[in-house]
Parts: sequence; C-alpha cells; structure tokens
Amino acid sequence: MSRIKNAFNKKPQRVLNVYCTAGFPALDSTLDVMLALQDNGADLIELGMPYSDPLADGPVIQDSSAIALANGMTIEKLFEQLTGFRNKITIPVILMGYMNPVLQYGFEAFCAKAAEVGVDGLILPDLPQYEFEAEYGAIVKKYGLDFIFLVTPETAEDRIKQLDKLSSGFLYAVSSSSTTGNDKDFNAVEKYLERLQSLKLTNPVLVGFGIKDKETFDAASKYTNGAIIGSAFIKAIGGKENVQQATKEFLTSVLK
Amino acid sequence: MGQETFQQPNEHGYYGKFGGAFIPEMLHRNVEELRTKYLEIINEPSFKEEYAYLLKDYVGRPSPLYLAERLSEKLGTNIYLKREDLNHTGAHKINNAIGQVLLAQRLGKKRIIAETGAGQHGVATATVCALKGLECIVYMGEKDIERQAPNVARMKMLGATVVPATSGSKTLKDATNEAIRDWINNPVDTHYVIGSVVGPHPYPDMVARFQSIISEEIRKQLKEKTGSELPTHVVACVGGGSNAAGAFFHFLDELSVQLVAVEAAGHGIDSGMSAVATKLGTVGVLHGSKNLVMQTADGQVVEPHSISAGLDYPGIGPLHAHLYESGRGKFIYATDDEAVEAAFELTKLEGIIPALESSHALAGLKQLNLTKKDIVVVCLSGRGDKDMSTYMKYVK
Ligand SMILES: Cc1ncc(COP(=O)(O)O)c(C=O)c1O
Repeated sequence: MSRIKNAFNKKPQRVLNVYCTAGFPALDSTLDVMLALQDNGADLIELGMPYSDPLADGPVIQDSSAIALANGMTIEKLFEQLTGFRNKITIPVILMGYMNPVLQYGFEAFCAKAAEVGVDGLILPDLPQYEFEAEYGAIVKKYGLDFIFLVTPETAEDRIKQLDKLSSGFLYAVSSSSTTGNDKDFNAVEKYLERLQSLKLTNPVLVGFGIKDKETFDAASKYTNGAIIGSAFIKAIGGKENVQQATKEFLTSVLK
Repeated sequence: MGQETFQQPNEHGYYGKFGGAFIPEMLHRNVEELRTKYLEIINEPSFKEEYAYLLKDYVGRPSPLYLAERLSEKLGTNIYLKREDLNHTGAHKINNAIGQVLLAQRLGKKRIIAETGAGQHGVATATVCALKGLECIVYMGEKDIERQAPNVARMKMLGATVVPATSGSKTLKDATNEAIRDWINNPVDTHYVIGSVVGPHPYPDMVARFQSIISEEIRKQLKEKTGSELPTHVVACVGGGSNAAGAFFHFLDELSVQLVAVEAAGHGIDSGMSAVATKLGTVGVLHGSKNLVMQTADGQVVEPHSISAGLDYPGIGPLHAHLYESGRGKFIYATDDEAVEAAFELTKLEGIIPALESSHALAGLKQLNLTKKDIVVVCLSGRGDKDMSTYMKYVK
C-alpha cells in the first residue's frame, strides 16, 4: 500500500498537508522545513519545485519560487537534498511543479529518480487528463508514484468522477476558481465541498487554495478529509532566521 | 495520425509533436468551451458577415499588396509588400482581435483580457472593445510599458485598463502569465484574447484562421498583378508567429512556395541576448502548448532579448515549431542592428516607416540570394509610429 493511502487509513480526518517551496527561504532549508513540518503535526508534505513561470500560483508562491531559484535550487539539486531523507522523514511527500522543468529533466528519468529517493506522489497542474492518459500516466504508474489531479468549483460532475478515477492518493479540491493564495469568500466554498462530499468519490479529498488558519482548516475539514495550506505557510516562514520555530508557531496556531 | 495538411492541427491541437493543451484544471472549463464551440461559431453566416464587414469598412481591408520598385531594384528581385501596416490601429493584430471579440460576444462574455508586447495587440483589442462597449484589461510587461509609451497612451484613451506585469523579465512572457492568472480567477464572464498563435489548443488554430485573411488576399492580389497566385517566397517576422501564420496559411500546402520566418537575434544569436526560439530552444511547455522554448538546463524559461517588444518572446507557436522541425519552413534570424538598418532602408527608398518587428522580415531578405526571377511577398506586419523613440536614437 502506498504511503499516502496508509496515512489516510490511519488518520482519515483533519489531514493537514502543508506546501513548502524547495530551496526557500534558504537553499539548504528544504529538509529543515520538512522536518519541522513533520515534528509539529503536518500529515503530508507538498514540496514545490520552483519554476520561473508558475501559472497557477499567486504572488506569495511566485515570490518564494523566484527566491528559491535565485538561491540556486534546481531539480538536480533537490534530488541531491532528498537523497537519504527517508531516514528522518516518514510522512508522505508529494512533489508539486510544472511540466516544463520536468520535461527538460526527462519525464521518465524524473519519475524514476523521485521514486528512488522516496517521494510518494506528484502534482503537476499543467499535465491535464488527455495528455496523462495518452502518454504520461503509464510512466507515473510504472514507478509506483501516486498522481493527484485537481478539481475546481467549475469542474462538471462527470469530469470530477473521471479525475477521481485517474487519481491515486487523494483528490485535490481547489476551493475556488483562483490562483493560490487568493482570499475568496469561504461560505460559497462550503456549498461546493458539500457537493463533492455527496459524490462518494473513491479517493480522499483535500481542499487547497485559500486555507490559511484554524478557521478555514476547520471549515474545510468539516466536509472533506482535510486541507492543504500553502501561501499562508510560505508567508509565515518567509524571511525568518529560525524556520523551525516559525513552522512550530504556525502549525500550533492552525491545529490548536 | 497522418497529417495531410500543415494548415490544421489534429483534434487534440497537435501540429506534429507540438501543440496540445497543457493547462491547469482551473482553465479547463473556459478552454473546453472554446474548443467545442469556436469552429461552429466562426462558420455561422451571421459571424462571417459581421467579421467581413468590419474587416472591410472598419479595418480598411483588403490591405494593399504593393510592389516596392526601388527596394526591388536595389535587391535585384521583385518585392511585394503586404501592407498590414495600413490597417486601422497599424498592424495585423486587429484581424485577430475583431475575430476573437465577436466570438467572445457570442459566448456571452462581458469582460475581455489580453496580453501585449509591443502594444499593438493591446491597442487592437482595446479598440474592438471600445467599438463593442466591452470592459477591457490589458496586461503589459513593465519594461514594455516604458519602451512603447505611445501605445500605452492609446490603450488608456480607448478606455482599457493597462496592468503592468512586474514578475520575471517584465516583458511579453510575463504579461501572458498575468493574463492567464486573471483568467483563472475569472472563470465565467471573461474571454482571454490571445494575440498570437500561441497558447493551448484551440488558440493557435483559431488565431491562424483569423489571420489567414492575409494570405487569402495575397493570392488574389498576386494573381491580378502577376498572373499567378503563387509567389516564390513569403517572408514574415516571427514573435509568437501570428502574422507569419496568416501570411503563410494559404501557401502552407503549396510546396513550391518557400516560407521564410525571420526570428529576432537581438545582439546576435550567441550573445545570450536574443530571441531565436527555434535554434536556441528545446522542446518544452510554455503558456499551455508544447513548443520550442528557450530555457536553462534546469527547465527555467530564460529572458529573451529583442529591440522589438513584439518579438521578445522565448517560445514560438506550435505551428511554427512544426514547420521548423519538418523543414517546411525556412527559419532565419536578424539582429537588432540589421533590423534597424532595414527599417531605414525601406523608409529612404519607399517612404514607408515599418514597425521594428516587420523590419526583421525586411532584414531577412538579404540572406535569401534572391534573383530577378523571384516573386517575393513580405508581410509588412505593422507601421513604425510606436517605435519612433527607438529609431530616433539612430538618427545622426
Ligand atoms: C507589427 C508587429 N509585427 C509582428 C509582431 C509579432 O507577433 P506575431 O509573431 O504574432 O505576428 C507584433 C507583435 O506585437 C507586431 O506588433
């Protein structure tokens, strides 16, 4: 059984997945941040691979990506940092990024290396259903990686079901039609989450985009298996000398 | 898949191995709506009628095909200029802007967004939005806002909101990112008018169709002037590639016609300051399609350079990537200096001040070993008014 599936079996509710950008705030802080997340109650880690043109991201994650790139982060470097990380980190880790750098690394070589270092799954928002089914999905499967699709409030019901079928690990419910870090009214979101809940999907569902504190985490967890926090966490550790301390304070405030 | 024509992509938007729709789910609804409806809408009689009417009475089409006699004499060949510079708003961009805004209206959209480099596409879109009473927001790189000030003023006067793109290289690529992000955040009432043959399927095909009026007219006009519809060469500059796609379109499957695309080499192809996506790029995904992308070994998109804001783009439309790889198109390049020199030459010989972008196509002529037997059509994609501050730096 995959590490992600296992995690949801052990703890199906109030699952907290935290996004952090590799190489941010400092090139060598990647593992420190991941460890601090594990030690302070995160259940999963979504590790962002910085990209020059992150289309689906708002200003906070764009900035963290730009800083990480300026720090010298690359996919090559990231795999170096992740080599041996399973000695310390036992919670599931998902790599999130965009197709271009992955294609440049070589899609198959990338999947092979990710699996080898102990990564559990991938989120590639600009790899859509058709391309996944036609070419890339088989490679992801070959290396035993989970692949997580996104759905939004605009996604039709039959499409949600298709994307649920193609996904493994969990399904990523984007809370509102927006880039990351956007503050849209959360009440409207609740209706959509109720609708998702009623579909009886095969995968667990985590809600992302706009989850930023205890209140929004609790609200999302009411209807789904949990939530993903990104921009709010990046803001919390940005410019901090002591990322462990900043991570601890942030997670404590969300999980209190 | 067996592609019999270069004109159209397959049903998934592929020209050979380039194209497709690499978009996040947040854009799916909008792009899918377009994909399933664009052909039906643009083939409706009422659409065709309104489009043709506006091209004629509003834009001033057909644009003339002008035999540039003095330039022809100097280069020892026959040069015909397709005068897209004489269109209302001063470039070919209006052909596409009208088409897409009419389409957006029929899709019930109330809000129009666009990206722009040189500002020509932004001006064209703002113009059609003024005509139709639609809200218009144009994203433009901060660097381009500085170097294309006259077009920024025009867009504002036309009632558009010009939003500076301050991320990355602060040019066309980043303006496009910002426009896409806007579309993600406004998934219901907004249409994104992409200005070139780039973006996810169906944009490259849709924009190529709207620009194909250029070669449709060239065939007729050339027949009248020379007795033959087919030139020996068609030459156009390529940023994303829309004026080239339009000028090539009805010649794509006429294999006797050499299609020449001229890219911007900036300070020189090996200078690290250029925008020659075919030769410096590798297969990648940029702005929703697989094309040739200038990038680092780590897959980060590099900041291109060209003196002309409209060619300052690190990718190339999938149709052109395919024309390049298949050998159907001849891809050459011209530097900043060569383009400026060609602009002054045309101005002195013919009394026509070309846009900096179009000047690259003119500069390319010198590399073609043309003879008296050749009939060469150059797409003069735009006029040089917007570039006067750059040109003035070269006046001694
Ligand atoms: C006059 C002119 N020509 C050419 C271009 C380049 O675009 P494309 O390659 O899509 O024709 C531009 C873009 O702004 C332009 O303004």
